[in-house]
Amino acid sequence: MKSLAELKAIKDRMKDKVVLREGSNDVRVVVGMATCGIAAGARPVLNACVEEVNKSGLTDKVTVTQTGCIGLCQYEPIVEVYEAGKEKVTYVKMTAEKVKTVVEKHLKGGNVVTEFTVANQN
Amino acid sequence: MIRAHVLVCGGTGCTSSGSQSVQAAFLENIEAYGLQDEVKLVQTGCFGLCALGPVVIIYPDGTFYSRVTPEDVKEIVEEHLLKGRVVERLVYADTGTDEIVSKASVSLGDTAFYKSQNRIVLRNCGVIDPDSIDEYIAMDGYAALGKVLTEMTPDEVIKLVTDSGLRGRGGGGFPTGRKWALCAPNKAPQKYVVCNADEGDPGAFMDRSILEGDPHCIVEAMAICGYAIGATKGFVYVRAEYPIAVKRLQTAIDKAKEYGLLGKNIFGSGFDFDLEIRLGAGAFVCGEETALMTSIEGNRGEPRPRPPYPAVKGLYASPTVENNVETFANIPQIILNGVEWFTSMGTERSKGTKVFALGGNIEHTGLVEIPMGTTLRNIIYDIGGGIPGGKKFKAAQTGGPSGGCIPASLIDTEVDYDNLTAIGCMMGSGGLIVMDEDTCMVDMAKFFLEFTVDESCGKCTPCRVGTRRLLEILEKITDGKGTLEDINRLENLCNYIKQNSLCGLGQTAPNPVLATLNFFRDEYIAHVVDKKCPAGVCKNLLSFTIDADKCIGCGKCAKNCPVDTIVKTDYVAPGHKLPSYKIEQAKCIKCGACMAGCKFGAITKK
Repeated sequence: MKSLAELKAIKDRMKDKVVLREGSNDVRVVVGMATCGIAAGARPVLNACVEEVNKSGLTDKVTVTQTGCIGLCQYEPIVEVYEAGKEKVTYVKMTAEKVKTVVEKHLKGGNVVTEFTVANQN
Repeated sequence: MIRAHVLVCGGTGCTSSGSQSVQAAFLENIEAYGLQDEVKLVQTGCFGLCALGPVVIIYPDGTFYSRVTPEDVKEIVEEHLLKGRVVERLVYADTGTDEIVSKASVSLGDTAFYKSQNRIVLRNCGVIDPDSIDEYIAMDGYAALGKVLTEMTPDEVIKLVTDSGLRGRGGGGFPTGRKWALCAPNKAPQKYVVCNADEGDPGAFMDRSILEGDPHCIVEAMAICGYAIGATKGFVYVRAEYPIAVKRLQTAIDKAKEYGLLGKNIFGSGFDFDLEIRLGAGAFVCGEETALMTSIEGNRGEPRPRPPYPAVKGLYASPTVENNVETFANIPQIILNGVEWFTSMGTERSKGTKVFALGGNIEHTGLVEIPMGTTLRNIIYDIGGGIPGGKKFKAAQTGGPSGGCIPASLIDTEVDYDNLTAIGCMMGSGGLIVMDEDTCMVDMAKFFLEFTVDESCGKCTPCRVGTRRLLEILEKITDGKGTLEDINRLENLCNYIKQNSLCGLGQTAPNPVLATLNFFRDEYIAHVVDKKCPAGVCKNLLSFTIDADKCIGCGKCAKNCPVDTIVKTDYVAPGHKLPSYKIEQAKCIKCGACMAGCKFGAITKK
């Protein structure tokens, strides 16, 4: 180790790998992973969430986690976004592609992607 | 992409309750469910709740599973990691508050056990993989060393440590900054930094857990100390009985060398520092600083008189700073966060936090870190979960065989160096043994005396012969042969040993006796005058008797008795069909087997 810059490079490279252990962030993205969710394809959705959040450099703000059955089985895969002080947003019939849009527009941009939300079904 | 981390405790406590096989089961099941690219398995150091091991924590949720067996693992992987459903039956219930919080949401920080803690020294224990230098660096590791070497002069480092008010965590409480300042100006071709990891008090395991859970922080702190005092060589003296700690520390040293964080010209500053481990064979006296250094030199671990102090003439007759593991573990954090941050915690003259190893009659046996000045009540009831079986708290022993006991009447004492000294105890290295109402204080003092008699190195007479005589008097008292005169002799001898012993071992060995004499003199008197042991512990002062009117004559006690001293009588109690039994006292060995077997509560112990 010859310089502080070298140390910082290791720290930056590793930070993403341990940030998970600091517990939940202000924004939580929760994927429904009950039998209904998995059958509808929730696992690729979950993985897409993790990947996109990482890619967008949001790991220190956004926590991706799972939950059981939300109770809207016909709308699975479901992704819910919880943000402190804001109303929960529920995205339904999600795909890996849609996740990209949600991360880009909602998590990064702060605008809810209304066409994917449960309110816009029917 | 990794979305979840499974942390399995690999500390000594959990390892002995089987965490290795739990870890293997996780590895197997994660692969079986095809989750190896999504879930990362990490072996960490101690989480602190040793009584509930093996402990598993799953992030990002922070769900805390306790007493996990390899058979449970499949369910955790399938339910939690795959389907996102917490396995509620395994979630740690908050026994401290008796409330089972909506279990799914129980995460680490919410539990009573962790809530009142302030983890500085233990901040990485149970969070990072101790074998990974990268994870340590991710948690700001070696940043303090970098800062010291590139931005600060040795004098500035010493001033910072002095201003922080940090005091030695090994027991004595000597100001760390002052120790460094005493050593720094002494000129010598070679100076040394020594880390005392010879944790010998029965019931203390703080230092072991730090070395097991966060070994790099000791490596970093010792290098900082070396820079401050002008030493280029360090030794960690650790007990050979701590194999996991030794192994992880060695890995840490090797990795640090590989990264150039030990060795020549660290951070391009021109500062060289090298570190070696020395194994101790487990003699208690080697925790005394001069004996420890003698042992590192390869000689028999015996203390020598001071002065000269190690700061002037220590290891290999060179100026040496010797600090305890926990003291060192504070250093990087103080450098990074500053004096104000550190002095904001603690009391007037004891700053920062203290790690305690809770043991004895307490619900949460384990490791806790609390700000100085936390009351004993808070430690035992709020964090420790109270006394098992609804029994009453009687006393807590701090400082192990060198310390004293705090009686129930002083449970609201704010724990810091000076308050404990004021009531005749000492902080010690941090073992806190909790005793309930069934503990005999004379017997407890005898236990610690047996320990010091065994561990006295024999160099000076007051300790070698004096502690032996103390033990004999205590044995006489617990055998029921003591007199009031013995209590006075005991007290005089204690004071004599304290004043005349060569080193800390002898000077503090009488403390358990003096403290119990001070707070529980009535128990001593009961032993010598009434020939009774109020707690029902001292066998020779006990007698077991059968209440003839309660005895139904089943004969179970007579069958259980290993010395055949229970015989049938002619008396048939009213309402019973069979004659009752009685114990012939002369042959009774007071094993209690009769009492344990009696379903009718007819046998009493007095």
